[in-house]
Amino acid sequence: MVSLKVNGTTHSVDVDDDTPLLWAIRDNIGLTGTKFGCGVAQCGACTVYVDGQPVRSCVTPVSAVGDSEITTIEAITGKEAEAVQAAWTARDVPQCGYCQSGQVMSAVALLKENKKPTDRDIDLAMNGNLCRCATYVRIRAAIHDAARALEI
Amino acid sequence: MRSGLLLSAAAGFGLCLAGSALTLAQAPPTAASLRPVESFGTIANQRDRSVALFAEMGKVIQHPRCMNCHPATERPRQTDARRLHQPLVVRGKDGHGAPAMACTTCHGKQNYDPARIPGDGHWALAPASMAWEGKSLAQICEQLKDQNRNGSRDLAGLVKHVTTDTLVLWGWKPGAGREPAPGTPEQFGALMQAWADTGAACPAS
Amino acid sequence: MTAHDPNLSRRNLSRRTWLKGAGALVIGLHLPGTARAQSSGAGAAFRPGGNATFAPNAFIRVAPDNSVTVLVKHIEFGQGPFTGLATLAAEEMDADWSQMRSEHAPADVKLYANLAFGVQGTGGSTAIANSWEQMRKAGATARAMLVQAAADAWKVPAAEITVVSGVISHASGKQGRFGEFAEAASKLPVPENAPLKPASAYKLIGKEGAVKRLDSYDKSRGKAQFTIDIHAPNMLTVVVARPPRFGGKVASFDAAATLKVKGVVDVKQIGSGVAVYATGMWPALKGREALKVSWDESAAEKRGSRELIAEYRALARQKGTTAGKHGDAEAVLAKADKVVEAEFVFPYLAHAPMEPLDGYLQWDGTEALARFGSQFQTTEHQTIAAILGLPPEKVKLETMLAGGSFGRRAQVSQHLAAELAMAAKAIGPNRPVKLVWTREDDLAGGYYRPLFVHRMRGAVKDGKITAWADNIVGQSFFLGTPLEAMVVKDGIDATSVEGANELFYEIADFNCEVANPKVGVPTLWWRSVGHTHTGYAVECFIDELLQAAGQDPLSGRIALMGDKHARAIAVLKAVGEMANWKGPGPVGDRARGVAVVESFGSFVAQIAEVSFVDGEPKVHKVWCAVDCGVAVNPDVIRAQMEGGIGFGLGHALYGELTLDQGKPVQANFDSYRSLRIQEMPEVEVKIIASTVAPTGVGEPGVPPIGPAVANALAALGQQRPRQLPMVGRTV
Repeated sequence: MVSLKVNGTTHSVDVDDDTPLLWAIRDNIGLTGTKFGCGVAQCGACTVYVDGQPVRSCVTPVSAVGDSEITTIEAITGKEAEAVQAAWTARDVPQCGYCQSGQVMSAVALLKENKKPTDRDIDLAMNGNLCRCATYVRIRAAIHDAARALEI
Repeated sequence: MRSGLLLSAAAGFGLCLAGSALTLAQAPPTAASLRPVESFGTIANQRDRSVALFAEMGKVIQHPRCMNCHPATERPRQTDARRLHQPLVVRGKDGHGAPAMACTTCHGKQNYDPARIPGDGHWALAPASMAWEGKSLAQICEQLKDQNRNGSRDLAGLVKHVTTDTLVLWGWKPGAGREPAPGTPEQFGALMQAWADTGAACPAS
Repeated sequence: MTAHDPNLSRRNLSRRTWLKGAGALVIGLHLPGTARAQSSGAGAAFRPGGNATFAPNAFIRVAPDNSVTVLVKHIEFGQGPFTGLATLAAEEMDADWSQMRSEHAPADVKLYANLAFGVQGTGGSTAIANSWEQMRKAGATARAMLVQAAADAWKVPAAEITVVSGVISHASGKQGRFGEFAEAASKLPVPENAPLKPASAYKLIGKEGAVKRLDSYDKSRGKAQFTIDIHAPNMLTVVVARPPRFGGKVASFDAAATLKVKGVVDVKQIGSGVAVYATGMWPALKGREALKVSWDESAAEKRGSRELIAEYRALARQKGTTAGKHGDAEAVLAKADKVVEAEFVFPYLAHAPMEPLDGYLQWDGTEALARFGSQFQTTEHQTIAAILGLPPEKVKLETMLAGGSFGRRAQVSQHLAAELAMAAKAIGPNRPVKLVWTREDDLAGGYYRPLFVHRMRGAVKDGKITAWADNIVGQSFFLGTPLEAMVVKDGIDATSVEGANELFYEIADFNCEVANPKVGVPTLWWRSVGHTHTGYAVECFIDELLQAAGQDPLSGRIALMGDKHARAIAVLKAVGEMANWKGPGPVGDRARGVAVVESFGSFVAQIAEVSFVDGEPKVHKVWCAVDCGVAVNPDVIRAQMEGGIGFGLGHALYGELTLDQGKPVQANFDSYRSLRIQEMPEVEVKIIASTVAPTGVGEPGVPPIGPAVANALAALGQQRPRQLPMVGRTV
């Protein structure tokens, strides 16, 4: 049994220590907004926050999480999250949408650290999130939109 | 399936699966062992002996495990083939990456072999002042001794660093899919101590 | 994506043949005699509002809460049919966009056949094209019935009633919304020919900003449900160990260690390999890791990319099957003073949709429910029924949102549906299964864009191109399949030669030949199909010949088109104006390249501005002009051009699936390099105004970008890349 604190609730999950956090969240806790795309930290679809910092849950064994606070796409809150998700919808960023949970998680994390990211800042923060539909033009524009919205 | 699993699974199949040949062609084979310090005793001239000891240390210093994260640019390299790190990551302000793409986004406190992701308690990129990439062993040697470029370490501090720093030691336990640095950390530490004891001479070129 | 443009399919596709394979009936637009005659079990299952719901036809449901739900027969995996088809219905209903919803239609060929195929399925960039009439008629019919119901209630003539933004009004001041009349309307006879609006009256179709995607909100919040998200009581997760070489088979296996893994429930041999059943994904993967399988590779394909390329090059020097010919290109080439030769080599490519293949199936021995991102519902439905040994009417197929496809889910072989059904059958009834492929399974799993070679020769004399010859070699994924009749005519698989056997360019002596060697690597259509390689070969080679002839790439192309290709000329002129084209350059360290390709009935021209940084092409900006007929959702079209450019560029730069002695080399995204945000150029799109019926946009954005970048590299003084990918090639 491993104890995981996800979105403010402590869950006891019956999994091996080497189980990636991703599968514990999806299969055992039943939160499926966090997606599987590669399993090797190449695509970013599985991004969650561990104590507020973005982490690829597919390469993070549950044994490494301890009593850290895990936050998934289902529970992100705050003005950055609201601004990013509003911008995502207004720009119609998603196509297939499968990678977008991870994209949103990374974008929100960026804006929490950097209120006014440049294109280069966006490249460095977001390039770990693959989008096979290549919605990148809109991801960039929506992050700038969200940053502007946060200024007001 | 994780590539680590894939390989072990493939071995179980009695067949080799994808991933070996073309793209993953490895760097030229490096010496897997280090000469013991005693074997340098035949070099009579102390300075020559010191230089020879450093050249032996160079097998470690210039190994992909060490060189990949002492890059000349802001971007580390990865794999035994020393390709640029994918995804694009940078040193950032403090050696720990860029906002929303810190090293810890992917690298945990320990290696995670099922996904072949290496890890350490302070996974980080060496500071730009400690860049080794593209430099000769002689230049690296001078740089190592320069307290302005080595984290203000004297020779004893250097030896302590390479024998106790967990990230340096990681080079010999790099996890699945990566060739360890040659020899053992103890051998490397002994070489460095002997090099320091012999005057820490640097190669001429 | 499927193989052919709608026009081509109407011309060439024998629906009867398709259906012989599919074993179903053809009924096109099905509008039952009365609304209540909507008797299909599947249709009846989709009544979000219960009995008071108004279901005027198979496509539209109006609920008492005023919501209008459009049942979309095309799978939504990003290209926007949920939004596009709802736009068509809403326009004719005069609905307010905020009341519109979309859902996938159930699998039911009688109601939901793709009019271009004759069976239910998505592909060939046909969603809007084949629904253009159908969904507007469905909307107009619904509107007429709602208006009649209001007229009856208010005792006024229907002709005096207006509908604006979902509000039904009469000059007397009476007003109501759709929901109030839903039940009454559902009892009315269905009118035969409800009139369609003139284009001048459109409020949604083609209007900027009038419509937002219906799926953006949920997809930005992790709420959209994909197949991989399905959970059910007692459900098992299944992963399958498949042979490392194509054509390999299980010789024997030892599951002892697997069965000791905590969470593993069972191990079964199925047709595609050895299935591991577990309580979740991680135990399933660990169980598979522990599995020992011996493979019989006696019939497996053992050639690698290197060997295949050598064989194809040799074949390209032999006489092939003539796919296009006028004049005598060989004679002109033999006598020409100046012959330009180029050989283009294209690697196998994986589709690598972000959501790897997956599927869910539950059955109790007499009835089954399958849920997955089905792209060919009719045939997949039948495949599942056949494998489970159930009559088709006892099997329900529910289409799920899918995380991309790019052609991967449009399976001629039905292999995913078959594997899903086999996995369910092997474990027995009342154990729901979720079959999941990993990324490694996906990349090693075949069904690639075939490897192709184009050997091109051209003659130039006095500033003119006088001859053109193209010898094409690559696998056909149609020849020898039940779907052969779809696109194969006189032994020519259109998907091997489309875009190469007829050119825009008037060249007096022209020859195009093709050879389709048999190789044991499963291949499949890949976003824009044959144009993925023909577009590159043709548009690079014409550029090279124009350069040899001393012509400007853009005006030289237009000059070669004569007066026959007005739409191609228009997109070229438009993109030239957008980019302020003054020749390819270079200017400073940047140069520009142009390309134009017609695919799936749409015309797309692109100009790429490129420099060369750190040994790699850096694409700074792409201008794109598209003519896809009537632009139903301009912003969705822009998104598809942007995405198509990114997809095409990523693969032209980095994409290759190499085989080494028959084994796939690239195992995950670390080696199957995919375009990342910093590699995405700025994109500017212009949509050409048109009154022509709409054509596809999902695929046509892809083909021009590769050659546009290659032609810009030529302007930077480099050779146009003859072999793809441009960066990091391993063969």
